[in-house]
Amino acid sequence: MRLSLATKITSIIGLAIIIILVLTALFAPLLAPYEPTAGSLRDRLAPPFWQEGGSMAHLLGTDKLGRDILSRLIYGARTSLTVAVIAILLSGSFGSTLGIAAGYLSGWGDTIIMRIVDVAFSFPAILLAMVFAVVFGASFFNIIIVISLILWAEYARMARGETLKIKEMDYVALAQVAGVSKAKIMFRHILPNVATTLIVLATLQVGIVIILESALSFLGVGIPPPTPDWGTMIAEGRSYVATAWWLSMVPGMAIVVTVLSFNLLGDALTELLNPTRQP
Amino acid sequence: MQRYIIRRFPQAIVTLFLVSLIVFILGRLTGDPVALLLSETATQEDKLLLTKQLGLDKPLPEQYAIFLRNAIQGNLGRSVRGERAPALELVFERLPASIKLAGLSVLVSLLVGLPLGVITAVTKGSFVDAITRVIALLGQAAPVFWLGIAAIYLFSVKLGWLPTSGYGTPAQYVLPVFSMSCFMVAAFLRLTRAGMLESLDSEYIKLARIKGLPETKVVWKHALRNSLIPVLTYMGTIFGRLIAGAVVIETIFAWPGIGRLAFDAVLSRDYPVLQAVILVIATLFLVISLVVDVLYAYIDPRIRYS
Repeated sequence: MRLSLATKITSIIGLAIIIILVLTALFAPLLAPYEPTAGSLRDRLAPPFWQEGGSMAHLLGTDKLGRDILSRLIYGARTSLTVAVIAILLSGSFGSTLGIAAGYLSGWGDTIIMRIVDVAFSFPAILLAMVFAVVFGASFFNIIIVISLILWAEYARMARGETLKIKEMDYVALAQVAGVSKAKIMFRHILPNVATTLIVLATLQVGIVIILESALSFLGVGIPPPTPDWGTMIAEGRSYVATAWWLSMVPGMAIVVTVLSFNLLGDALTELLNPTRQP
Repeated sequence: MQRYIIRRFPQAIVTLFLVSLIVFILGRLTGDPVALLLSETATQEDKLLLTKQLGLDKPLPEQYAIFLRNAIQGNLGRSVRGERAPALELVFERLPASIKLAGLSVLVSLLVGLPLGVITAVTKGSFVDAITRVIALLGQAAPVFWLGIAAIYLFSVKLGWLPTSGYGTPAQYVLPVFSMSCFMVAAFLRLTRAGMLESLDSEYIKLARIKGLPETKVVWKHALRNSLIPVLTYMGTIFGRLIAGAVVIETIFAWPGIGRLAFDAVLSRDYPVLQAVILVIATLFLVISLVVDVLYAYIDPRIRYS
């Protein structure tokens, strides 16, 4: 394998954390000690177990409504990962298709698609998300839609770039001469070769989606409460920073660890599959 | 070179038009502005009158044309909140604060990230290299808004060194700029490092060494220059993240910038202000892209002839 030792170690750590995360998200109801939305005001603002006042009953403490932080963290993983996976699948397939079409078919279609991509890039993402949330209401579904709207352009641009490179290859010319239809060439010959780059991009985008989604929830225009979400948790804990630091710090650390893992994996994949690309 | 610039210009204009179109459409989707502006006791007559006054009874394409014409003259409507100040004026009032924040953050990130990138490339494989890169990775993984809160917790609440929020004194710049800079420092470091590692291996660097040039000159003058292009590319793409960062940082630190203006406008459905913010930001972005592209062509002659 062409990976350095350091990269091998970090990517395995990253992969391990991701697997733990995915399993946590999948088996949340079995793993979480409490219901994430059930809180008793008697137990509110309990600190984590290693601090004075904390107990083993609530390992990571409770929030202002007495809800168990650990459980909310676990369910929050579910929210974040679900949004990320769906948004990336949607925007990835849509963006890549447009990108490959633009790159292969050239001409007017290419110009139009690239103009739209430019517009998508120059529109400030977070403002679009906020406007969308206000106009169409903030819901799980809408957040996925708006995040997909933000992400697709990067796939299109990348797919187009790769397609332009592959287009000139001999096997494509052979297929054209043999009379294979344009659609089939794009699907069977170009797509598989573009796929590796796109997968690397997708891995690195998970981190971006999680941060974007939590930022939106933090601002109040993301996943609506009481659905547990790391961004919302950070926002709720903001006014308690001086007294109950764990409310904001714990979900924040969760985000950092998650994004870090996906970035490590993405970096390792980049090194493995595209050794000449810049990180 | 001129031809390259002339080619890029119309592209930017077209993009700006499309952005304005989207802004216009979104505006019309947010609901009936007449209902927003008038009190609930207004009669049907009053509503009709206002609708006619605002030109809302005209067909949509005509409304868009009027909107464009006004926009070019600098009239983007008035805020629906408070003193109903002209929207564009409000944006320009708040713009300097955001530019100071973003500009300073980029500058600080460059000043910290580039040299660190060079150092880690030169000392590749060492302990310093490893530690620095881990810290950089963490910097990229931490969401900006959380960094802000964590920074407040650590430096304001626990250590009491710095103020928690506000705008004006140099001390109040420290935490916001720090929070904004982290992800950029990390990115600049990694890009510079990658570029340096490539350059340091190349033939012309070997030649420079054989010539007897001092190592510091070889590294910092010759190798660094060629690592700057990816950095420049990256700088052209972070504008969106800077805006997003500005929105959250300004909210956390009570910074009077356009990020917070936009956020307040969204929440209070102050559509004219929101439109103004989006258009100004999009214009800024296009100008910056243009500048970056021209700088590109200036630095790398190969691009001019493509």
